[in-house]
Amino acid sequence: MGKEGGCGQNKTMVKQEQELANRPDNTAFTQQRLPAWQPMLSAGIVIPGFVIIGLAFIGIGVALFITSKNIQVMEMDYTGFEPDSDCFKCSNPEEKNCVCQLDFNISSRFEGPVFFYYGLSNYFQNYRRYGVSKDDAQLSGDLDNFKSPSDTCSPYDTDGIKPIVPCGSIANSMFNDTFLLYREVNGTNELVPLDGKGIAWWTDYNVKYRNPNVTPLKEAFEGTVKPLFWPRPAYELDTSDPNNNGFINQDFLVWMRRAALPDFRKLYRRIAQGDYARGLPAGNYSLKIAYNYPVLSFQGRKKVVFSNVSWMGGRNDFLGIAYLVIGSMCVFMSIVMLIVYAKFKFPEED
Amino acid sequence: MARDTEDRAAGTHKAERRQRGRSKKKPKETRTVRVHTGHEHNPNRHYANNRIKTTKYTVLSFLPKNLFEQFHRFANVYFVFIALLNFVPVVNAFQPELALAPVVFILSVTAIKDLWEDYRRHRSDTEINHMDCLVYTERRYVERFWKEVQVGDFIRLRCNEILPADVLLLSSSDPDRLCHLETATLDGETNLKQRQVVRSFFDLDCEFDPLKFNGIIECEKPNNDLNRFRGYILHRSGSRDALYKDNLLLRGCTVRNTEEAVGIVIYAGHETKAMLNNNGPRYKRSKLERQMNVHVFWCVVILLLMCLFAAIGHGLWVFQYGDKRPVFDVLSPEGAELSPVVAAVYLFLTLIIVFQVLIPISLFVSIEIVKVCQVFFIHQDQDLYDEDSDSRLQCRALNITEDLGQTQYVFSDKTGTLTENKMVFRRCTVAGVEYSHDANARRLALYQEVDSEEEEVPPPGGSLRRDSSSSQQSSRVVLRSLSTKTHRRTGSRADAKRASILSKHTAFSSPMEKDVTPDPQLLDKVNECGGQMDFMRFHGQPVSQLPSDLADIMDFFMALTVCNTVVVSSPNQPRQKVRMRLESKSPVKTIEDFIKRFTPSRLTSGSSSSSSSSLATSRSSNRGCSGLLSSPSAESTLAKLQEEQAALGSAPPRYDGTPRSPEDGELRYEAESPDEAALVYAARAYKCSLVGRLPDQVTVELPHLGKLSFELLHTLGFDSTRKRMSVVVRHPLTDQITVYTKGADSVIMDLIKPPDTETSKGRRQKKLVLRTQNYLNLYAADGLRTLCIAKKVLSKEQYACWLQRHLEAETAIQGREELLFDSALRLETNLQLLGATGIEDRLQDGVPETIASLRQAGLQIWVLTGDKQETAVNVAYACKLLDPEEEILTLNADSHEACALLLEESLHYIQTKFLCSSSDQAAKAFLPNFAPFEVYPPSSSSPHSAAFTVHRLGLVIDGRTLAYALDQSLEDRFLAVARSCRSVLCCRSTPLQKSTVVKLVRNKLKVMTLAIGDGANDVSMIQVADVGVGISGQEGMQAVMASDFALPRFRYLQKLLLVHGHWSYSRLANMILFFFYKNAMFVALVFWYQFYCGFSGSAMIDQWYLIFFNLMFSAFPQLVTGTLDKDVSAETLQQLPQLYMSGQNSEEYKPYMFWMNMIDAFYQSLVCFFIPYFAYADSDVDVFTWGTPITTLALLTILVHLGIETRTWTWMNCLSISFSVSLFFTVSLCYNASCPSCFSPSNPYWSMQRLLQDPLFYLLCVLTPVAALLPRYFYRACQGTLFPSPVQVGRQLDKLPSETRRNILNLGGVEAGSAVRPVPHFLSLGTPSPEGPDENHQRTEELEFLPLVSWNVFIHIPQPLLCISEMEFRVCVF
Repeated sequence: MGKEGGCGQNKTMVKQEQELANRPDNTAFTQQRLPAWQPMLSAGIVIPGFVIIGLAFIGIGVALFITSKNIQVMEMDYTGFEPDSDCFKCSNPEEKNCVCQLDFNISSRFEGPVFFYYGLSNYFQNYRRYGVSKDDAQLSGDLDNFKSPSDTCSPYDTDGIKPIVPCGSIANSMFNDTFLLYREVNGTNELVPLDGKGIAWWTDYNVKYRNPNVTPLKEAFEGTVKPLFWPRPAYELDTSDPNNNGFINQDFLVWMRRAALPDFRKLYRRIAQGDYARGLPAGNYSLKIAYNYPVLSFQGRKKVVFSNVSWMGGRNDFLGIAYLVIGSMCVFMSIVMLIVYAKFKFPEED
Repeated sequence: MARDTEDRAAGTHKAERRQRGRSKKKPKETRTVRVHTGHEHNPNRHYANNRIKTTKYTVLSFLPKNLFEQFHRFANVYFVFIALLNFVPVVNAFQPELALAPVVFILSVTAIKDLWEDYRRHRSDTEINHMDCLVYTERRYVERFWKEVQVGDFIRLRCNEILPADVLLLSSSDPDRLCHLETATLDGETNLKQRQVVRSFFDLDCEFDPLKFNGIIECEKPNNDLNRFRGYILHRSGSRDALYKDNLLLRGCTVRNTEEAVGIVIYAGHETKAMLNNNGPRYKRSKLERQMNVHVFWCVVILLLMCLFAAIGHGLWVFQYGDKRPVFDVLSPEGAELSPVVAAVYLFLTLIIVFQVLIPISLFVSIEIVKVCQVFFIHQDQDLYDEDSDSRLQCRALNITEDLGQTQYVFSDKTGTLTENKMVFRRCTVAGVEYSHDANARRLALYQEVDSEEEEVPPPGGSLRRDSSSSQQSSRVVLRSLSTKTHRRTGSRADAKRASILSKHTAFSSPMEKDVTPDPQLLDKVNECGGQMDFMRFHGQPVSQLPSDLADIMDFFMALTVCNTVVVSSPNQPRQKVRMRLESKSPVKTIEDFIKRFTPSRLTSGSSSSSSSSLATSRSSNRGCSGLLSSPSAESTLAKLQEEQAALGSAPPRYDGTPRSPEDGELRYEAESPDEAALVYAARAYKCSLVGRLPDQVTVELPHLGKLSFELLHTLGFDSTRKRMSVVVRHPLTDQITVYTKGADSVIMDLIKPPDTETSKGRRQKKLVLRTQNYLNLYAADGLRTLCIAKKVLSKEQYACWLQRHLEAETAIQGREELLFDSALRLETNLQLLGATGIEDRLQDGVPETIASLRQAGLQIWVLTGDKQETAVNVAYACKLLDPEEEILTLNADSHEACALLLEESLHYIQTKFLCSSSDQAAKAFLPNFAPFEVYPPSSSSPHSAAFTVHRLGLVIDGRTLAYALDQSLEDRFLAVARSCRSVLCCRSTPLQKSTVVKLVRNKLKVMTLAIGDGANDVSMIQVADVGVGISGQEGMQAVMASDFALPRFRYLQKLLLVHGHWSYSRLANMILFFFYKNAMFVALVFWYQFYCGFSGSAMIDQWYLIFFNLMFSAFPQLVTGTLDKDVSAETLQQLPQLYMSGQNSEEYKPYMFWMNMIDAFYQSLVCFFIPYFAYADSDVDVFTWGTPITTLALLTILVHLGIETRTWTWMNCLSISFSVSLFFTVSLCYNASCPSCFSPSNPYWSMQRLLQDPLFYLLCVLTPVAALLPRYFYRACQGTLFPSPVQVGRQLDKLPSETRRNILNLGGVEAGSAVRPVPHFLSLGTPSPEGPDENHQRTEELEFLPLVSWNVFIHIPQPLLCISEMEFRVCVF
């Protein structure tokens, strides 16, 4: 009698209450007879399938490509890397409060609404340690975290004595160039109104980032210092509009949403007001840039981008091309297979 | 006891001193057992008690011990390490608590499973521990639980009780002081074993009184050798009694035929031999898992490489900035800058965390889940359910289901596994006339049918008495239903537990064996013969005047009845030996009695006293189980005999004419070998029944003549060298001394007296011999076990002469065995052939078919049996293991050198015959039969045996030769011979040899082995093999306990292997590959991102997705596929056993497949990464708004990939895939809506919601999976058409309508067991089959789309060449 001598029997016994209680259930499931469909990768299915998919993709690709081609984009580098650039003088880190100007011409109307982006290259907002360097609780207006910022902000949590608000590297490195766009109308420069509202995510502005429930806002920041690189404290980011101040400043929100890739652009303003609602008319423009943000030290580049958007976002030819390529490949493969089938079928028919 | 007192004075001092001396010298050599009668403290308490505990854990130890065990799995340590790494701030990648979640989940799932298993063990332990037995305490026997039994306890055993411990037999109610034992649960042998009372208690007439026992038992330490027990009882008197294995009753055996026995417990609980033999099942790791582990290791290497690459990249990235720190750089918390090297080291660790997913944490758990599901389905299969025993397949090992699909060698026990272990008399030939017993054959056929259907005959509770005058037919029905009830144990399920533990079923009692429908012709003759004899006796004529054919018939049945060792018992429990004394004499107890009866007039008191001294020795040699030749006579007999010679004729024949008394009822025959019983039953069918057997007398009941007593002068027991047994009796009718011999035809035929062709009698004899030989060949071809029956009449002088030398031999000191052998030879010569019998050890249903189809499946089948060679060979033929057309190599050697020579010769023979001369031809001739698919060339089918193709050869080897062959110096040669044979048959092999053979094959040939057996003698083999299968049939539970799978019948092995094994393997292999692919693909996404984030270890995929992707989002569909996917339908798999080879050759999981999958994974991840990359280039997308689509794309791609790899779609697959997708979206929507300022660093608040409003997202979702899977899909499509694997062909067959499929299968000649069959080389698909023209036409159209090349491959099956000579290659060295 084995050590488990009764085990098997035991189990049997328990089940033997009824006659033939051990008989397995005769269901399609237990007998593995569920109705099943066996997709067979045979020519009858594969070739027509490939053709249909290919054609559909080509169709989509053409549509996307045309849409993308209709989108206008204008990019201008203003890093001041080249000596002949107006911003060259500002590229020297020693230069403070430097303002440079970028002139450009639009030959035909730039259809509105026009989006005005600033772009940075070789800038790693997705750097891992950079990405965690913030305090979400603080940014959602928790006053406790004003006094003692989270460790994640370290070493940008305190200036040694006082806590930094908003703490962390992301906030600290906030982009602080500002732009003013002028259009030359009849020899004078007319300021193009730039709309800074609604450039951040609605949820960021309304839900995620919250100022402390203190008025005036300044009092909440009592006993804290501004981030090292900032010229002004957070509550003075936009003195004109109290709803665009503190943590819910739209530029701040845009910056805090870290870019996925090292070459990125971020929405700066929209041009959608007044005469410019339909876009930028042809003509000469000049962009006055308050050049504050140093990028040359890490081989970065700065640029401004004007673009309009379609339903699929900004201009991107890639997706259309990709659809076209994949679609063509499908069609091509179906042809290959047809040949293969034809070739291997004939000897059999003899 | 009397002797004790005598000896006490003499030896006490000396013995004690010796005893003391010994115990000092070798304190640990022996175990001393003192008596424990319940009063005092048990003096043996330091020995293990009888409680058994096989559980691994206790409540307290569970957690630490289980964790400890789980951490033996390297992967678990790894995952815990990584989770803990997250708690180190400099390197952490995820929220530490979150990172712990998966590993905790995994560990707890496994822990719960272990707990459940342990609980089951605990329950069974408890049940066994609480069985009852009678223990002597406080001057009486009290019911106690098994667990309370202790060493030194006296135990009273009743009939049919199971022994609770190893017990030394001290007393038995049996008059011969024997205890009959059924050891089926231990060694699988169903015959009764006799165990003897310890010699000094032999003559105890009164009841054994434990209190009077005053000895000390000194014996071996517990060991696991079932066949060894040595020790002695040291009586207080100082005398010693040696103890042998014949005195020991082993735990687990059942007491039979003995009303009561008393013994003292020597070993208890875990120290019993049964338990020591029962090593826990070793942890088996399936081949697939071993293979997988290699690839897990490779994954680790890939992971480290990736980490190293990224770390170096990061170091360089940091280095390039030099001192000018970019504005986005973050200083270390201390404000210091990290040097590039330190940064790289930190990053390396961080990346290990981030990339950990590459080592699929959920893989192990998923595999376990899938295996449990597979086990569930195997368990549920109705085809593996045996209605007769209401038992279904049991999977006892949960983790090696896929090994079932990779088995290459099957080692099978024979008796009880291939056969029913029920011997049935089939036909006989007497005096050269064949009696075909057609009615009997029909009856057997009927049983077969009845067996296959479920018979629900209500057992008529009425009389079971066999009325000799009633028709055979009716009594058969009654008997059968009785037996149905008891044997099948379906009668009282309430009592089923008891019934099965104390199984009342005897081995040879099925109606099939008991009832023989007599051949009418023969029956007439027997009747005639009986009538004539009656007449003659009545008229005082000598019986020798009987016509010789009738006399032969009479003698034939006499021989069947007498020439055996069958014990007669009555059916009512407790069984008792039937003692049928026809005279009023008291039972013969002494030799003197015997002599007295032999020579009634010349008894002298002197002879009686002189023989008393030799009493003990003669008894022991008579009754000893191992006694080679035994004779109930003593020296004195001889003298009496010589004097008596002249007077002999006067002894009156003992018989009375009374019909059998009703009390006799149905007699039961219990035999050492089942065919003996079968013969006795057969004789009974001819009304020639054995009604009683005593050591010196056999009583036979004959028609017309009534009961006759044969004086049994000698029994020359069966042994494997002589291959025959003989009895010497005095025939009561003729009063001649007659030798009846029964044995293997090969030996008996040589011993037949060469007929004198001069006389007519001689001519008749010669004809008889020739005819009989002819019939014997026929029987053997039929797979019947043949036995020849012969007789010889000795004159008194001859007998006396022989007896004298025989007695000399018996008393010889040196070379006794040889002398006895010679003595037997002298007796068994010049025999007169009476006839031959054909006995069928009925094969289980479907065995030949199963073997044929397993063989087609590429399995090498070896049969390892303890049976004798002839029987084994016969059965091997019957079950189509050996083919009459193939050559048989028989290896019988009796020395190491001879064996070496034999092997060398065989090897040479094989080489010359098959490899050199006609290697191509032979291989081709055989291959089609073996592997109809030419896509399996022999060289690639098993890489290890490239040089060894399997030939049409059978190898038969006996146990002794096997012992030499398994020697280290010869094993390689043996294997070389054996592996080139198609089938191997090892006879007379011991359990140890069985396991050695399996071990040898497994280790040397590196193949997957499966051992199947039903008895305890198969346990070791079952445990050694990669897959152990137990037959839960006749012989107890031992094999089942040791097995990984327990089957009710052998034939279920076919479906278990071909279908479930194949499925399990294919499912798991695909699932594992998919797992590797999935994880690599997912992790690679993050890896590519490193190139765009300064190798900083950041991930665009949210940590939640990263951690739960494997565990939740992508888990279910692959589990469903891994559980339910069927690459080929069960029917096709069974009809085309060749498909099984894909598993044997590991075709679903080859190393290159892993790498292909990895490459595909990297390709797919590139697609999934770069399509979004370019699509979102030059946009203001943020990290996680960009990463979430990538996650989604990866999920979709993975699911579609799974869809491509899924061969069978059921609603479960569809459901699981849609569930997965919706789970992902639901979870991410909830997650992204749950907390605006949590889950740093991603803060995914509202990301998914916004994405769902973005048309670009949907465009990506359509494009990316298609682009990613295009190559794989294209490959699959082409492969399925251009070069389909056999499995794919099988799948295509599935798609055909059943009619067409059947036609194709039949044409393909792949039906089981029909190897030789004309085969059309091509099947014209254009030709519609005759039936259903419309449908078929339509079908033909469809067929055209099927890959036609594959048909070519499939149907191109050359005809097997039948040119192999039928020469029999026998090398016999004696």
